[in-house]
Amino acid sequence: MALSREQMAQRVARELQDGFYVNLGIGIPTLVANYVPPGIEVMLQSENGLLGMGPFPTEAELDPDMINAGKQTVTAISGASIFSSAESFAMIRGGHVDLTVLGAFEVDVAGNIASYMVPGKLVKGMGGAMDLVAGADNIIVTMTHASKHGESKLLERCTLPLTGVACIKRVVTDLAYLEVADGRFWLRERAPGVSVDDIVRLTAGELVVPETVPEMTF
Amino acid sequence: MAGFDKVVGSYAEALAGLEDGMTVIAGGFGLCGIPENLIAEIKRKGTRDLTFVSNNCGVDGFGLGVLLEDRQIRKMVSSYVGENKLFMEQLLAGELEVELTPQGTLAEKMRAGGAGIPAFFTATGYGTPVGEGKEVREFNGRHYILEESVVGDFAIVKAWKGDRYGNLVYRHTAMNFNPEAATAGKITVAEVEQLVEPGELEPSQIHTPGIYVNRLIQGSFEKRIEQRTVRAG
Repeated sequence: MALSREQMAQRVARELQDGFYVNLGIGIPTLVANYVPPGIEVMLQSENGLLGMGPFPTEAELDPDMINAGKQTVTAISGASIFSSAESFAMIRGGHVDLTVLGAFEVDVAGNIASYMVPGKLVKGMGGAMDLVAGADNIIVTMTHASKHGESKLLERCTLPLTGVACIKRVVTDLAYLEVADGRFWLRERAPGVSVDDIVRLTAGELVVPETVPEMTF
Repeated sequence: MAGFDKVVGSYAEALAGLEDGMTVIAGGFGLCGIPENLIAEIKRKGTRDLTFVSNNCGVDGFGLGVLLEDRQIRKMVSSYVGENKLFMEQLLAGELEVELTPQGTLAEKMRAGGAGIPAFFTATGYGTPVGEGKEVREFNGRHYILEESVVGDFAIVKAWKGDRYGNLVYRHTAMNFNPEAATAGKITVAEVEQLVEPGELEPSQIHTPGIYVNRLIQGSFEKRIEQRTVRAG
């Protein structure tokens, strides 16, 4: 069975380490906050200028001056800090954020990522995604392994306009956990009940399959 | 106005000198921390062919979106747009130009512009459509593109508290682009929720020192919420 969105978030959450400052993108990455392993502390950075993002507010706490990068109303945890956009991106570009998790349309064997634009469709913009992938050393992409039409999103070379070059080293899909190194994908784990053959068939870029590929457990 | 007193008596006075074809830098992220009354005044004034440097372009009927109604905006420099139908219509009709700029690069363009730095190298956008046609330099084995900073004919910002000298304090994430925008206007106009006397703001807690602010006015704000998300409890 392919992983659910929640299971993908759960798998990503296993990469969190105690004391990490983490930026979570919109969509599946946001769900990662629900699965922080017990006993560790992470602090969420929201690129509009908040370090220490908390849960959504209660009706009583609702404050139009308190939002996240998705423009949703949020709260700040005790010990949070709030700062300007230039400061926020100094943190991001300067490599001070320990882990960035974001979605994508395509990733290729060179670690290139395309995530913000499909030519011919309406273009809304990259927001902070280009800064995030340029600044972070530690990025995890979460996306489905293939499109609804069965076309692989793990490619030899991205076909869509790029968000960043040679920056992606890890990908969690609904079928597998892969690493990107030496111009190839490396299959590290597979979703429960998903065969290596299924993954090979849906991976267009060169894929290295080790002798044993452990199955994820949830 | 006398000495360092930046307070003006009306919104018309606050934007006196804003003319067709000018570039305006606006603070705000989404609808959070936007100078909503100054935007309304630009609509009332009817200034046209404006270039706005702002992270977003509001929504239909609120924020910078209202300036699309009478086609007052010629160009947007933004990181994320299209939360409004009118914007997309005018863009597709070729009536509106948009220069998509990564969010951090946009903030840095303002910061550098206000700090007298005409351009800077950043890795953001290298190898992407954003980097096309821009100078590339290699530092310590990494590629960077040259981005030019921006200075606006006007900058319009919104703060929580301000004193007569133009010292500003922002509230929560309504800060966002406002401190950078405030530095980058030839004429910077700030509107505030609370006008206080000099000395009431703790000097070391001031976000924008009054030297950057030319005009100040107190307003009342709707503070519309774009994505209202709450939890039970």
